[in-house]
Amino acid sequence: MGQLLKELKETVQKLFEEEKVDLVIGYEKGTLPLRTTPCFIKNSKDAEKLVWNSACENNLAAYIPGMKGKIGIIAKGCDSRSLVGHLKEKQIERENLVIIGIPCHGMLDRKLTDKVLAGREIKDIEEKPEVIVFKGENFEETVAKNELLPDNCKTCSHRNPVLYDILIGEAIEENKDSDEFGKIKEYEAKTSDERWDYFSKQIGKCIRCYACRNACPLCYCKECCVDSSQPQWFGKSIALSDAQVFHIMRAFHVAGRCVDCGACVRACPMEIDLRFLNKKVEKDVRELFDFEAGINLDEPPPLSVFRPDDPEEFIK
Amino acid sequence: MEEGKESPWEPKLITFLCNWCSYAGADLAGVSRIQYPANTRTIRVPCSGRVNILYILKALQHGVDGVLVSGCHPGDCHYLSGNFSARRKFAVLSRLLEYIGIEKGRVQFSWVSAAEAGRFAEVITEVTEDVKKLGPAKRLVKNIG
Ligand code: SF4
Ligand code: SF4
Ligand code: SF4
Ligand code: FES
Repeated sequence: MGQLLKELKETVQKLFEEEKVDLVIGYEKGTLPLRTTPCFIKNSKDAEKLVWNSACENNLAAYIPGMKGKIGIIAKGCDSRSLVGHLKEKQIERENLVIIGIPCHGMLDRKLTDKVLAGREIKDIEEKPEVIVFKGENFEETVAKNELLPDNCKTCSHRNPVLYDILIGEAIEENKDSDEFGKIKEYEAKTSDERWDYFSKQIGKCIRCYACRNACPLCYCKECCVDSSQPQWFGKSIALSDAQVFHIMRAFHVAGRCVDCGACVRACPMEIDLRFLNKKVEKDVRELFDFEAGINLDEPPPLSVFRPDDPEEFIK
Repeated sequence: MEEGKESPWEPKLITFLCNWCSYAGADLAGVSRIQYPANTRTIRVPCSGRVNILYILKALQHGVDGVLVSGCHPGDCHYLSGNFSARRKFAVLSRLLEYIGIEKGRVQFSWVSAAEAGRFAEVITEVTEDVKKLGPAKRLVKNIG
């Protein structure tokens, strides 16, 4: 880890010295252990601030839309896929982007670490390849890292950045036999009533704070259809139906674009299973149009194109 | 009507019909005096590609029992590719709706040309029958309180 961080800092310093970037988006130490916060490095001196650990979960690609100048950005696998999306959707020009890729071993799920810690305060953590050691005033606890990963990281099959200019650290082996749609297949096997109940229970918790939308790198519209009041496309009442329609539309707007980075799930204060929807749409887009988001710069977003022989067995 | 006897429930359907094909097909069915169930309320759209999926969801929210979207056959779209784009959207939507628990058959899609008056009547009859079997829509209907 130390070596990797050193390499990262030197790389960023060099980018500034060679005037290849105006800004680098990375992570710095947060105010608590196990926390990092996105940071915007503007000169080579500030590169010292950078950190890299298993709490760098934020998808920094979310900052890209609307940015001016030459931007350097640190990217895990999923972040690099979001950047591919941004490039395709013309949110930034390739020549204005310097992608500093870092192969990713998975990022800790704060809800799971909180459960393990059960209110105990940690002073420090130590990361080893397979385990995390939490250290507090009177305790030290070692937990297998895999137990602390969210579902999207557990099943992630693109840990290595798919697109980068500079790669820091060694490429890692991809998770080949991950059953990323396993949970979705379980839901699909349930009855319609069960699925409706689950959907309603999950969405019933939604307080419409829109943190999921704000965290998503894809939700970059200047004015979101949900916020529009003239016309008011979306009902704003407390009726379950209004929240459900918002969530169907949200899942739909990320159809063929979502890279399962988990930013929406992490952002949700109500612990709503948003992956239940996102991943289903991802699965269908894969089956129907043979498309995986954020992989190939030359393939247009699947809902913006068509083939004459697209599936249509559902049409009379 | 006899005292104490309620009229049997009849479903309410919204049909989004493309101006250039299905709407004209419906028109032709009308002038040809072809009978079909009167459960539908038609909304004319310039192309099936004009149908935002939010329209379908809103119709369900407002309590219709079934939705049909009908456009030109592939290759016949007045705007060349509107129905091709729509087909991709609808493919994703129909799977997603079924997944969240909206009964299969509540929301349907068809291709009907301007000449297919008989087919238009058949499609409407089938969709109406399907929705009748499903009963009144309850899911996604907006209820406050
Ligand atoms: S989804 Fe993959 S690349 Fe992204 S944080 Fe998890 S393991 Fe890393
Ligand atoms: S919908 Fe969620 S998981 Fe998908 S790209 Fe957006 S934030 Fe990431
Ligand atoms: S973050 Fe959670 S509570 Fe907030 S709008 Fe999204 S799903 Fe609802
Ligand atoms: S004009 Fe009829 S579907 Fe496009």
